[in-house]
Amino acid sequence: MQKGFVAYNNEQKSLEAETEGIKNSQTLIQKAMNWFSARSMFVVAYGTGCGAIEMPPVFTSRYDIERLGVVGVATPRQADIMIVSGYCSLKTLRRVIRTYEQMSEPKYVIALGSCTINGGMYWDSYNTIKKLEEYIGVDMYVAGCMPRPEALIEGFVKLQESIRNNTIQPGYVKYREDYAYYQANQEKLLGKETQPVYEEDYAGMNLS
Amino acid sequence: MFIDLLIMLVMAYGFGFLYYGLYRNISARVHGRFGPSLAQSFYDSIKLFTKDTSTDFGWMFFAGPIIMASGAILTVLFIPYFNHGERLVGLSPYGNLIVVLYFMVLGPLGNALGVGSHGNPFGAMGITRGLTRLLGLEMPFYIAVVGLMIANESADIGTIMANQAETYNIIAHPLLFIAAFISFLGFLGKSPFDVVGAPQEVYSGPAVEFGGKFLALALSQSAIFSFAKLLLMVDLFLGGADSLWDLILKTFVLFVASVFVGNVYGRFTTAQSVDFLLKVPTVIAIVGLLFV
Ligand code: SF4
Repeated sequence: MQKGFVAYNNEQKSLEAETEGIKNSQTLIQKAMNWFSARSMFVVAYGTGCGAIEMPPVFTSRYDIERLGVVGVATPRQADIMIVSGYCSLKTLRRVIRTYEQMSEPKYVIALGSCTINGGMYWDSYNTIKKLEEYIGVDMYVAGCMPRPEALIEGFVKLQESIRNNTIQPGYVKYREDYAYYQANQEKLLGKETQPVYEEDYAGMNLS
Repeated sequence: MFIDLLIMLVMAYGFGFLYYGLYRNISARVHGRFGPSLAQSFYDSIKLFTKDTSTDFGWMFFAGPIIMASGAILTVLFIPYFNHGERLVGLSPYGNLIVVLYFMVLGPLGNALGVGSHGNPFGAMGITRGLTRLLGLEMPFYIAVVGLMIANESADIGTIMANQAETYNIIAHPLLFIAAFISFLGFLGKSPFDVVGAPQEVYSGPAVEFGGKFLALALSQSAIFSFAKLLLMVDLFLGGADSLWDLILKTFVLFVASVFVGNVYGRFTTAQSVDFLLKVPTVIAIVGLLFV
């Protein structure tokens, strides 16, 4: 017991030392940029599962998350954060991936509810995905079935802290660097047609 | 001169965003919330300037926000900040009210050009709504402004301000003020005339494909533009400002009045807003014109 605890403690320390290293390697401009992106978050709320019902109270008078600089926007082009609120069926996953890829960097994902972590109560469903992080980069999980609005706010605060202190490797960086892994996972489920197929050269862009 | 122009721009940017922060704060209190910090709009704009842009629909797409921004910047530079005519008069000796009115519609046109190139239906809907609304807005505003020009026998903003040394135009021509104030509410784009970017209907309308730096540019220009319109109203109807405090006080009063109207009334539909603008304020403006 004691031994295990010591081992755990050491591991924890080495992890923290690693993040300390990241923290100190930031330049002043990066620090300022991180501070601003933590202080102002535009959210596109993707209400996939039943957890979506907890989002309206977070954004309205009862919990008022605008205090923390978090506001909802209507389109992924303008968003910094996507909330995936619960289980994703295969059909939904396609849309989630497209929405995620339309957001401009730096972008973050909050996964809300147990369903996004390990499948939750849909752990043996033939039709929903089990781990969201196999398909897109996820930065913060909020556990619970369903999580209270306070939990979601806590998730936001934690995410803001980690962006400000640069203590995590953002999901979008992983997604960009490890794209082959994510793409293989996506294709295993959805087939080759995950990405939209553009047939014509639209407005002078080379899309091939 | 150059330093003056720079100060004018920085002031417009600062006050524009400060007032926008206040707008969000006051609205939050009306909803029974705390609301964001006053500087939140600055944070938003700086953050957006540091973001990537993920869309590309050809050069016209990027030219849109730039034309909008130049429209807003030119408008603010042609409006004198103070009525003593010494500092912060900008380019106003080189242009009069008609030039300002011309630059005021440059923004929506630039917006339309940019939006036209990406072909998103929500953008096109937003622009159609915006230009339709503009049709209704311009009528009463132009009649009111023409009334002022006739009364002062001049189209120069400085002269109109100087003639208000004894009585402000708001008292001398109250009907013109009411008409101009209603269309000023529309120009600000706040409720009840916020048909253009209505998030629940057209998903932020013209801005739907813009993200990152170009959205930041669009936001900054709208902050500068709002302050320019406040200034214009202060110059035309409240006698301009003697000092910085006077300027802040007068723009603030006008701004708070517009915020309260916006928080009390729900959104008009596009047809309703044009209908309303072409009936109520236009008639008021015409009656006002008869008294000039
Ligand atoms: S975690 Fe629970 S509440 Fe959330 S989507 Fe899954 S089943 Fe629904």
